[in-house]
Order: sequence, then structure tokens, then C-alpha cells
Amino acid sequence: MIVGERKPIQEIVGMLKGMKKILILGCGGCVSVCSAGGEKEVEILASILRIDRKKGGEPIETVEKTLTRQCDTEYLEGLKDEAGNYDAILSMACGVGVNYLADMYPKTPVLPALNTSFMGVSEEQGVWSERCAGCGDCVLDRTGGLCPIARCSKRLLNGPCGGSQNGKCEISPNVACVWQLIYDRLKGLNQLEKLKDIFPVKDWSSSLHGGPRKIVREDLKL
Amino acid sequence: MNDVNQPDIVAFCCHYTAYACSQDLQNLPRLGFPENVRLEILPCSGRISITRLLKAFEQGADGVYVAGCWEDTCHNIRGSQIAKKRVDYVKDVLAQLNIKPERVEMYMISREPNRGFIEVAKEMTERIKRLGPSPLKGK
Repeated sequence: MIVGERKPIQEIVGMLKGMKKILILGCGGCVSVCSAGGEKEVEILASILRIDRKKGGEPIETVEKTLTRQCDTEYLEGLKDEAGNYDAILSMACGVGVNYLADMYPKTPVLPALNTSFMGVSEEQGVWSERCAGCGDCVLDRTGGLCPIARCSKRLLNGPCGGSQNGKCEISPNVACVWQLIYDRLKGLNQLEKLKDIFPVKDWSSSLHGGPRKIVREDLKL
Repeated sequence: MNDVNQPDIVAFCCHYTAYACSQDLQNLPRLGFPENVRLEILPCSGRISITRLLKAFEQGADGVYVAGCWEDTCHNIRGSQIAKKRVDYVKDVLAQLNIKPERVEMYMISREPNRGFIEVAKEMTERIKRLGPSPLKGK
């Protein structure tokens, strides 16, 4: 899932300066699962903002809503009759939702309440970590299913580097060297010979280096 | 609250802690429980939500606290530990809003019949008196 976390309160407060009525819009997708931007977090942020404004003697009216997802046209369309009623929509979705709201409602300011962090997993309650960088050209078949793009600090394709010490990355003793993990896993699978295949220079055009990405499936279009 | 000079305090209290201390909530004033503290009894302190704590401040409370069991005596195992995490979250929020985080507190008190329940109410009342009215008051 996409993992995010709420921006510092004062950063959000600063964005809303002078505004009197806002829609705080949650997303029932990934950010709801990672407890950053779902219905409960919308309720909490609305209360925080009202307290701040009340303290300053400049009350703010907050309308709270949470859509099933903010990355689908069908859900965002539901706001068309009300989007113009607000000084801004404060989105608690990932950056995708914020972008799509801005695309669909050109006359309403749209603001991000979250920092979109990464695509990752829930290791345990309250702990998330990155697993995929969305590079557009998956190499996991050659690395035992462990991603050197997302999980190697240098994004090395032919690792490890000299900074791998006792299975840890040189950037922090708390960060595993993914190339050590790849070696251990391939060894366990009796597939160590895979490491003899040298990765050629990676074509990053399928990643952001090729510009904004888009997929069109004619078989699915109506 | 009858006395406008007394701080308005909301106390969210664990059912077990509250009843173990007083047996009968009607007796609390006679036992010395401050009248300015408004009690809201929860089935477990772990039932408190961040929103409920924040809304108490929004609605004008000068101070808010949660009273639950000692960590190792919670009827629901981890209820009071969960409550403490939520109180800590609200402390952080208040600090970020330049409101004294001491206005919210978590008290873990014994479930044995004693006056701990009443003592924390008195302690919180004195603390909030020192801090003065909520900065949201009258706005």
C-alpha cells in the first residue's frame, strides 16, 4: 500500500491561513489502512484545527468527509456540487488523491495534509517499511523477490557495496543490507548461481526519468 | 460547574478504578472529590479516543485527564497502556498548538479501595488552577 503520515500541525495551519470554511477529505484506501488519512484521522485533524482557530479567535468551519478512494473518478465526481462551497479542500489522501482533486476541481484550492512516504508493508501495528519503488521494470525474479531498487540505499543492481557490514547497511545499523538478504535467500533456495548474472545498465525510462507514466488498456476501456 | 473560579475539568475514568475507589459515585463529594471535576465513566480507560479528549478541550474544558488501572492490573490487559498512548498523542498536539501539554494527563491508579481516585482529581484541580483558564476560553 501507499504509506503516508500527517504533516506537522503548524505546516497545515499555515496553509489554511485566512480560510473560513474547508472540507477535510479523507480517503478510505491505503492511508486509511496506515492510520494517516482515514475517517478517524479526519475527525482528529478537524478537531485540532478548530482548537487552533478558536484559540486564535478566528474560528474555522470544518466539513468532514471520507471517500472510498480519492484516486478514482467515480468517487471524486461526487463532490462536484459542493467543491465550490469551500475556501479549500484539505486532502488527507496520498499525493495521488491531491493531484486528482486538483485536476478535477480547477476552481477550488486543494491542499495536502499528508506527506506521501512510500509503497510498503505493515510489519506490525504502527510500523511500516518500504518495499517497492515503482521503477516500472521489475527485477525481482533475479533477486529472490527482494528489491535492490527500493531497499538498497544506493539502488545497486550488482551489490553489495563495501558498506555492507555484518548484514547491515553503512547508513545505519538499523538498516539491513538488502544484498546480504538477497544472498541469504538465494542460498536458501539453491539459486546462488543467479548472482553470477551481471545486471546490465538499467534503463530508467520506465521510471520517472521517462516522464510521467501512463497505462492505457484498450481491452478494458468502455 | 457552579463556581466560575474553579477550573472546568473533565475526567474520563475506568469503570473499575472509579467504583473500586468509591463504591458509590453518589458519595464522591462527601469523600472530598472536587465538584469542578466532571466524571465520564468508561467501561475501560482504553476506550478513550483521541477525538474525545480533543473535543473536551474544544467544548471548553480547562483540563482533561484519564484515570485507569495500573499497567499490570487492567481488567482488559492493556487498556490503560493504550489510554496513555492516546493521552501522550494529545499532549504532543497541545504542545504543537502552543497550549500547555500539562492540561491533559494520564493517571494510573490502584484498584484497591483507597483515595487515589480522589487525590488525582485534587491534584489535577490544583495543577489547572496554576495554569489558569484554557486559552480557548471566551473565544
